[in-house]
Amino acid sequence: MAFDITSPGLATTVQDQGRTGHYNVGIPQSGSLDQYSAELGNALVGNTAKEAVLECTYLGPALTADQDVVIAVTGAPVEVRVNGEPRPQWSRLQLKAGDELSFGVIRGGTRYYIAVQGGIDVPEVLGSRSTYSLGAIGGFHGRKLEAGDRISVGSPLNDGAVPDADTVPEEFRPAFAKEQTVRIVLGLYDHRLTDEGLDNLLNGEWKVTPVADRMGLRYSGPGVKWKEREQPFGAGSDPSNIVDAGYAVGSIQIPGGTQPIILHRDAVSGGGYAMVGTVISADMDLVARAAPGTSTRFVAVSMDEALAARRELAERKNNAKAALGLRS
Amino acid sequence: MSSPAPAALEARYTWGGDEFLFVEVSESMSLAANFRVMSIAEKLSELELTGIVDICPANASLLVRFDPDVLPPSTLEETVRTIEADLAHHQQQALETRIIEVPVWYDDPFTAEVAERFREGFHQEPGGSDIDYAAKVNNLKDAAEFIKRHHEQPWLVSMVGFVAGLPFLFQLVEREKQLEVPKYLSPRTDTPALTVGHGGCFGCIYSVRGAGGYQMFGIAAAPIFDPAQALADFKDFMVFFRPGDIVKFKPVTEAEYNSIQAEIAAGTFRYRQSPVTFDLSKALANPEGYNKELMEALNGI
Repeated sequence: MAFDITSPGLATTVQDQGRTGHYNVGIPQSGSLDQYSAELGNALVGNTAKEAVLECTYLGPALTADQDVVIAVTGAPVEVRVNGEPRPQWSRLQLKAGDELSFGVIRGGTRYYIAVQGGIDVPEVLGSRSTYSLGAIGGFHGRKLEAGDRISVGSPLNDGAVPDADTVPEEFRPAFAKEQTVRIVLGLYDHRLTDEGLDNLLNGEWKVTPVADRMGLRYSGPGVKWKEREQPFGAGSDPSNIVDAGYAVGSIQIPGGTQPIILHRDAVSGGGYAMVGTVISADMDLVARAAPGTSTRFVAVSMDEALAARRELAERKNNAKAALGLRS
Repeated sequence: MSSPAPAALEARYTWGGDEFLFVEVSESMSLAANFRVMSIAEKLSELELTGIVDICPANASLLVRFDPDVLPPSTLEETVRTIEADLAHHQQQALETRIIEVPVWYDDPFTAEVAERFREGFHQEPGGSDIDYAAKVNNLKDAAEFIKRHHEQPWLVSMVGFVAGLPFLFQLVEREKQLEVPKYLSPRTDTPALTVGHGGCFGCIYSVRGAGGYQMFGIAAAPIFDPAQALADFKDFMVFFRPGDIVKFKPVTEAEYNSIQAEIAAGTFRYRQSPVTFDLSKALANPEGYNKELMEALNGI
């Protein structure tokens, strides 16, 4: 079973849960930016959370199935079409051999996911099928899809058993709003900001700029101020510079003090810009859903609150799967 | 937690969200700080603690990724603090590592072409070359003098990261002899793969083509990141460098560069390398004398 890519879309890549354990040599985790949406797509077609999906960015691909196959499209709201006819999103769909899957214009958010029963079948590299474009590893030959590519689909596990329900109930679908509140844990180098700078970060209104991709999202807003100091040896001259250090995934750096950047799943693993806090793990999918122009407020939470939010997200995921008739 | 450290050696502990512990051993760069980072990383790694995802030693700090569902943050912090306290009394002095000869074509046409495209608005001296500029800001006679200073003493891989397999390099000389150059005013969108760069006090070798802000001095002749793992040096892993590796640059001519390219194409290229024990106290006491000893390990290979 395979998909023939007739039109590749803007940036369609193979992704899974990601590749951990190699951050110490600069290989980022990669993986679906919106893990929640990808995982529920997999659940709909009877996959485990581990199978690889196609991540589509803004403008989706057109592809043809060479055999009958079960799919689901989740994530950012978009019109799903089979042979030009609209089909529901967040629902299990049956494609017949020769059917063409294509998409309309995205209506919010940034990325949607095509899950297919059996999963996208590309070789695992360092334990993951995710595409890391900069290093040209994983995914389909380490790159985004191109017209003419033929993408293999794996054999369904469990003899193709799918959950009882064929649609994710509304209450378990994420919102793709134009306003977000993103929870962060302050730390790393927050002590290097002036009180006014910290106040701007937490009480200012920030907007996602068009400079946003799998590596990170840049925000515009009131800017921040760094405390003046004599820079330590090796750190570089600007007060926003540090001796090059490892970057936490989700951490926020503010080069020069003007535009904060949230580092996401394909970000560089380290560098010389001070970070002032980190998006909690439970809100990384939320950040991934932010389209340019999204108005954002950063709220500081404690470690205990971050851990509670992490448990709530896991529970929500389990409840969503239970609503499909699956046990977690 | 995130209060700045007092003066001395005590590290600063802080969190990167609910999955990362960050330990800043020192605000400034030094060989001693880097050695301490590597020692903490090694001790932590030996414990094989369940719930640790990644241990990333950096120049003067350490980033640990963990799974808080398995390993409570407080347990991890206590563990690292205990390791750090033990090391304060028994700082490891020796590092079992290797010295590697890295052939470089200095002042090459590949980086020159890219440098040409990024002058006005990117570079401090749009009229000149990166090496001329580096020679000037380091008060050296000319480009040739700078190149000589760049390769005659070895470097320590003080961190691997940024992109896949990129080594940050710290020159093993007294602080006053460290080569220092500012980064580009604004980062380039293009850097040739294997560019030998320099920013602040750090050297680097860009592992892949892409963005970069370091001044460009030359091109390394052989790969340092090989996803296909075709060459023998990559049989075990696609990334060549490890923190603690010692690098000795060797200038090569265009003809030598081309013959290395032929060896790579034939699959026969091997880096000249030799195991060495790196002794911190010797390195601090007499850097250049000790470097001579280290470099002798490369002779006769």
